[in-house]
Amino acid sequence: MDPAIAFRDVRLGFDEGDVVRGLSFQVFPRETLVLLGETGTGKTLSLKMAAGLLRPQKGEVTVLGEKLGEMKEKALLNFRREIGFVFQEGALFDSMTVEENVAYRLREEHVPEEEIEPKVREALRFVELEHAIDQVPSELSGGMRRRVSIARALITRPPIVLYDSPTAGLDPVTAQTIIALILRLRDTYGVTALLATHRLQDGFALANFHFDAASNKVLAVKPENKDQAESNTRFVVLRDGKSIFAGSPEELAETRDPYLKRFLV
Amino acid sequence: MAETPPLQGIGKEPPPAEVVPASISEVLTGTAKDAVFRVQEYSYLALQAITNIFSRPHYIQDTLDQMDSIGVGSLPIVLLTGFFIGAVMVLQTASQFVRFGQTSLTGDAVSLALVRELGPTLTSLLVTGRCASGIASELGSMLVTEQVDAMRAMGTDPSRKLVTPRVVATILVLPLLTGISDFIGLVGGCVAAVFSLRLGVVQFWTRAIDALDFSDIMQGMTKALVFGFILSTVGCYRGLTVKGGTQGVGRATTQAVVVSSVLIIVADTFLTKLALYLADKLF
Repeated sequence: MDPAIAFRDVRLGFDEGDVVRGLSFQVFPRETLVLLGETGTGKTLSLKMAAGLLRPQKGEVTVLGEKLGEMKEKALLNFRREIGFVFQEGALFDSMTVEENVAYRLREEHVPEEEIEPKVREALRFVELEHAIDQVPSELSGGMRRRVSIARALITRPPIVLYDSPTAGLDPVTAQTIIALILRLRDTYGVTALLATHRLQDGFALANFHFDAASNKVLAVKPENKDQAESNTRFVVLRDGKSIFAGSPEELAETRDPYLKRFLV
Repeated sequence: MAETPPLQGIGKEPPPAEVVPASISEVLTGTAKDAVFRVQEYSYLALQAITNIFSRPHYIQDTLDQMDSIGVGSLPIVLLTGFFIGAVMVLQTASQFVRFGQTSLTGDAVSLALVRELGPTLTSLLVTGRCASGIASELGSMLVTEQVDAMRAMGTDPSRKLVTPRVVATILVLPLLTGISDFIGLVGGCVAAVFSLRLGVVQFWTRAIDALDFSDIMQGMTKALVFGFILSTVGCYRGLTVKGGTQGVGRATTQAVVVSSVLIIVADTFLTKLALYLADKLF
């Protein structure tokens, strides 16, 4: 099976020096890859390269079979419609209402107005924010903004969703709500996800829980299905722009590496 | 009471990195390279803003919104300053004409100065203060809050959605604002001439209109068009190249106004020379 996202020896740096230094990993269809690392280890840059927003200086980024480094900006603009991106602070357009934010892509694609409203309502219902449809981003809390951002990313049902520290700076309860949403999105629509985070518990929650459509609840994965669920969630730990660990949640939990153990405390 | 222990860092402090001072030639080369790079980036943005007009998609609603914000929004300050600039021009020129008893020439002098020079330049400088700063701060804030990246991530070219509508709107409204400013300036001049010099209204307007050639109006309008292009592209460029968070946005806003104002005045000199040369050859 071809990977949905593949990084091969990717390097990227600025005047101050390289930030991403020879990063390689693969994400297979319907899999969730958790990029774990401290701040400044190149997580956000990696996500931006996966969306073609930044070009690697060396190495190769392949997404859905396309080599992004070789594509022109115009081709990339069209290609990015296959990818949903949830930015760290939501990055909602603050001059637009929630409805206009969520409907943005549809209006750009000239979808008829009568089709837009039900789709926007459906996406907002998914993130349980239908009541906020007419509000502007400045009236929303941090958690609500991220939920709107998720609704905006899923409106065109992209096969790949990239999450940039979706729970950073949120209280534990709101962070759990966001993780539950990511689970729902994964288990309802079967999206391939690349999730950057510095919180290990986010990754373990994705590995140990699933969304049950019948009861409309997030449930713990049954022991007999645990191998299957864990194989769908993998970790890559970044340190100084390089991958120092790649493996399943179980392997990470049993690690003896002193640096990795610091995440497990 | 027990003394509070001083705050201590956790772990050992890393040794300070050795700083090698850069030589003068290195600093100069770096600055020159940086300047050339900025000019290249600016030229590319300005060129793209124009070439975008000739291909799809077009953001007509965004352009109309910007025309409203830049044009209608700037109208009060343009009207107010235009009126008083016209009046003060009459008072200043009349004080010279009085010396040789030719106060009736005031209309000619004021009308030529306003239409050729003061109308476009002052209107552009006012709009620069109001809009180049506004454009730079708006786009700068969008950049630092990742809204520009979000736009690109959703398949929209920020140069088409953000830059071209602002540039087109400014290019279209600035000549209109200049025309209005010229007219209001002459009204202000007329009021000053009637009350201070005791000139007749008809006499003032007849002389003011007769003094103008088609080439004078063309000169003023062409200047307004070029100045509009300068202030909008500089505003967009400074906004989209913000570095350093919110502090950077503030810096970019100031620089947008300073750079556009200087460029407008420099461009004015060359445009005046060109316009006078062309008027000589063509009309």
